[in-house]
Amino acid sequence: MNLHAIRAIYKFEMARTFRTLLESMLSPVLSTSLYFIVFGAAIGARVGSVDGVDYAAFIIPGLLMLPLLNESISNAAFGIYMPKWAGTIFELLSAPVSAFEAVLGYVGAAATKSLMLGTLILITARFFVPYHIEHPFWMVAFLVLTALSFSLFGFILGLWADSFQRLQVVPMLIMTPLTFLGGAFYSISMLPPLWQKISLFNPVVYLISGMRWSFYGKADVDVAISLAAILGFLALCLAIVSWIFRSGYKLRN
Amino acid sequence: MSFEPIVSIQGVSKTYASGLQALKSVDLDIRRGEIFALLGPNGAGKTTLISIVCGIVNATTGSVVADGHDIARDYRAARAKIGLVPQELHTDAFESVIATVTFSRGLFGLAPNPAHIETVLRELSLWDKRDAKVMTLSGGMKRRVLIAKALAHEPRILFLDEPTAGVDVELRHDMWQMVRRLRENGTTIILTTHYIEEAEDMADRIGVIRKGELILVEDKAALMKKLGRKQLTLALQTPLQRIPHELATLPLELSADGDAITYTFDTQREETGIAELLRRLAAHGIDFKDLHSSQSSLEDIFVSLVRS
Repeated sequence: MNLHAIRAIYKFEMARTFRTLLESMLSPVLSTSLYFIVFGAAIGARVGSVDGVDYAAFIIPGLLMLPLLNESISNAAFGIYMPKWAGTIFELLSAPVSAFEAVLGYVGAAATKSLMLGTLILITARFFVPYHIEHPFWMVAFLVLTALSFSLFGFILGLWADSFQRLQVVPMLIMTPLTFLGGAFYSISMLPPLWQKISLFNPVVYLISGMRWSFYGKADVDVAISLAAILGFLALCLAIVSWIFRSGYKLRN
Repeated sequence: MSFEPIVSIQGVSKTYASGLQALKSVDLDIRRGEIFALLGPNGAGKTTLISIVCGIVNATTGSVVADGHDIARDYRAARAKIGLVPQELHTDAFESVIATVTFSRGLFGLAPNPAHIETVLRELSLWDKRDAKVMTLSGGMKRRVLIAKALAHEPRILFLDEPTAGVDVELRHDMWQMVRRLRENGTTIILTTHYIEEAEDMADRIGVIRKGELILVEDKAALMKKLGRKQLTLALQTPLQRIPHELATLPLELSADGDAITYTFDTQREETGIAELLRRLAAHGIDFKDLHSSQSSLEDIFVSLVRS
């Protein structure tokens, strides 16, 4: 195991994170604050409570997941796309580094950044709503697993993308609708029956549901299914990454 | 210098997805401790060959062994020995010089060694710029940074792909000084260049690659001797209109202004024919005031090879 390489990549990526810390943290925190004001305070006052949870508190797990998913994807995608775009990837390819080690460095750093962001959003939420976390261990577990698997997904996206446009297309066109329709702002049970069924094909539903369960002990789907879904997604991403490195797809022509 | 190969390339071919056949079954042994110059026109396959040895491009067929390690099966050990300075100025932008060079050492699996990094930066006159962001440096300085990155992990084999393309005289000079120092320390150096006089100055052996085929590998001295032609130029006392037709059988050329005659001969021949030439010129009353001979450069040899 080339530990020095993992450390070097991780440090390199974290240095990039800290260079742009203010910009990259400020915008998600600001948008989350806006959600709290609009949905939590203004609309939430009329909605009352969902599943016995005050609406402003009800949306916290979802609002935590939204930026977590988006930032994990775009961070990791950018982290590996940049060297490809700038040509500096030659060094990684010529180094005695295995696929697994490269992933640990890049995805580890992206996930770390996402966790920092998640913590920051939880702190921000405190200013707007008092909330209680019923299963803190599972909350952290969902946070870490989500950050890891979606950073991995972003890494794949960054490897696949061959233009900045493509890099943005997946977060914009796929992740935004999935997250908005993933039950961040409502319980799936509030939807008409047909849409409830359709929602079950949306992986984000399982993530937000699992996260909400860790907060309030209430979920749209069984928490075990949520956990299985996220672990399955993680395994799938790992398999794709290892295939990419083995075959050289888009890396070694 | 031992003749045991440090890099052994066998039957390596490469066909890109586009169908372009960049290399056609190349066999090449690089000797330990030598400076090997790979010459060839643009698109001949030089960079592809280097990229395969360094692990950036997968070969379609064939195998490469670097310092006893197969580059595919035992890639970690093989790549740890190899340093690469790419042709393009692919550098980080926002990182400082010292950070990007330190990164390279770590990437190649070595523990941090600030003393070594300092030595490398000082040798390349980068020490004063160590805290500058790479993007703020000039092209020549970026080239130095790439060299420093390649040397950060103390490679035994160093690939320099067109290291002096677009580089000013001073840096070229520094670079060749450094290459000589590295060679003295036992580093094997493989370089590609367009500046043939550099290969002529620096290299122990020369390989010429054309359309993906290695058409020649030779000791530089032997190559120069084998293919070298000499020319004798005679500056005439009185300009000639044309060469007298009695002398037309000789390989003579009259300069445009009729002031000089050039005689081309082969250095390999026992008899150069100079004495005979001078006698016959005298017999025709052609007098000359000066003469000099010159040997054809590697460039002439190269041009004649790739055109043939």
